[in-house]
Amino acid sequence: MSLTALTKPWEAMSYGFLDGSAKRELRRKMLKSVAVPGCQMPYASREVPMARGWGTGGLQVSLTLVNPQTRVKVIDQGADDSVNAASIRRFIARVAGTPTTKDALDADLIQSRHRIPEEILREDQVLVLQVPNPEPLRPVQPNMSIARQMHADADYGRMWLQLYEQIVRSGRVMQGASYPSLVHGRHVMTPSPIPRWDVPKLHMAKHLTILSAGREKRIFAVPPFTRVEPLVFSDVPYKVEEHGALTCTRSGTTGFFMNEIPRDDGSSAFEVSDSEWGVKTIRARDGNGESRGETWYKDGEMPQ
Amino acid sequence: MTLTLDAPRIVETRPLLEVHGVSKSYGPVQAVRNVSAHAYPGEVLGIVGESGSGKSTLLRMMNLEEIPETGSYTLDLPDVSGNLFELDRFARRMLCATKIGIVYQNPHLGLLMKHSSSGNVAERLLVAGERSFATLRQAATEALDASEFPLDRLDAPPIELSGGMQQRVQLAKAIALEPALLLLDEPTTGLDVSVQALVLDTLKRLQQDRQITMVIVSHDLGVIRTLADRVMVMRRGEVVETGLADQIFQDPQHPYTQQLVHAKL
Repeated sequence: MSLTALTKPWEAMSYGFLDGSAKRELRRKMLKSVAVPGCQMPYASREVPMARGWGTGGLQVSLTLVNPQTRVKVIDQGADDSVNAASIRRFIARVAGTPTTKDALDADLIQSRHRIPEEILREDQVLVLQVPNPEPLRPVQPNMSIARQMHADADYGRMWLQLYEQIVRSGRVMQGASYPSLVHGRHVMTPSPIPRWDVPKLHMAKHLTILSAGREKRIFAVPPFTRVEPLVFSDVPYKVEEHGALTCTRSGTTGFFMNEIPRDDGSSAFEVSDSEWGVKTIRARDGNGESRGETWYKDGEMPQ
Repeated sequence: MTLTLDAPRIVETRPLLEVHGVSKSYGPVQAVRNVSAHAYPGEVLGIVGESGSGKSTLLRMMNLEEIPETGSYTLDLPDVSGNLFELDRFARRMLCATKIGIVYQNPHLGLLMKHSSSGNVAERLLVAGERSFATLRQAATEALDASEFPLDRLDAPPIELSGGMQQRVQLAKAIALEPALLLLDEPTTGLDVSVQALVLDTLKRLQQDRQITMVIVSHDLGVIRTLADRVMVMRRGEVVETGLADQIFQDPQHPYTQQLVHAKL
């Protein structure tokens, strides 16, 4: 037997860009993080041809999960067509040969930065969120060794101190994004910088959410049907952004998370943040029979 | 009319705090050597000694921040039992949060300098599990009021406050959960004499109102004389003399205590 018979033919790179051992490690860490919901698992974040902080954590998870049949959707701040989303989508398609889509219902794997789609995700879908700072305790405990002990002890009193301070200073909770949330009644996690609007979507969701921070080398997950409860005082209820009554100037849809567009006269216009939802609404309005899925928010309210 | 009297009996009060035979060394330095101490409920125990005599180490051990090599520590409280030095980290934290209050010499050790003063006090209650904003606010205000903190500065961060005010915030934080034991580590050192007198007044009044057991550590005999019922004199990690405050100050027995008292007077 010759040596060539034992080796694989030469390839420019392995499937999905990451080598086998990197993907194996990530799979193991994903399983671990699913087993302990909300608990941060360290992993050896590999180099990808993208700067740290641009979604390298999410990209590594996506590259590990894809196969040639996986339909991939990439979102950046709700939009599919921003530079970052387009580049990541093209990169995954190029190294893994996957079909891509912009439709949240059609996708098998959704990598997202800062938003969760407005349409309800299914059991067979995976949401990958890019996380810049995975440690919810960092603002209250700069020492990471002690923060780890605090996680182990479920010593989260100081998280409420942060909220207390915000209410005292500003009269309300000012935490706009990355709202700290208790997962499965045990670990407090930061749900990546998604707006408060999106946090209730994670609660008892049917899909699997994997959150990965490439620079900080931490991965954590919200498995399907897991409780995700934003931290609140018993007498100060959790509030989402007051976007329920706003109407999108382009598509005319009402009751979803909006982007504010300042106008020259000082007023502002609003545009639906989930761009594909806006596109679908316009198509439906024009009678192109596009199928729109069930949304989490109905009439601007999250049903309990 | 006949008067019925209880049968005569010996009143037995058990000490609230009992530290027995603790020793602690930092490398070659023996900080505390075989020290025992006790304090009865409602009593103020003063510990005096020069710098490096081990008095602060002893206090830190009473706050379970440091664990000695040998010795035992018991608190005679409901649902607290056994040698507290053997508790795990979790149980230790809950005990310290709910049963023991501490005021440090350096406010930076005890306070979050950038958070509001009321938030600092509220943190105590948050650690103990309180989750209602109104209750937290109320309790923080009450505790700060009890330590004579001006309520118009309620939400000022301690870093903007004067030294005396910072000590009052620490004190409010320490008493917020009505602890059974209050530990004071040089609470007035570094304050000028008039502010020192005010803080001591507050402490004395608190002690009279609430009958908290206190352990106060100081190198300043004036502070000890004002507050303490009983005094322990420490030197080089050992107790050289113990006795009632008056006894120690009027009739010191040990040469070192004599020196200390005369140096003061």
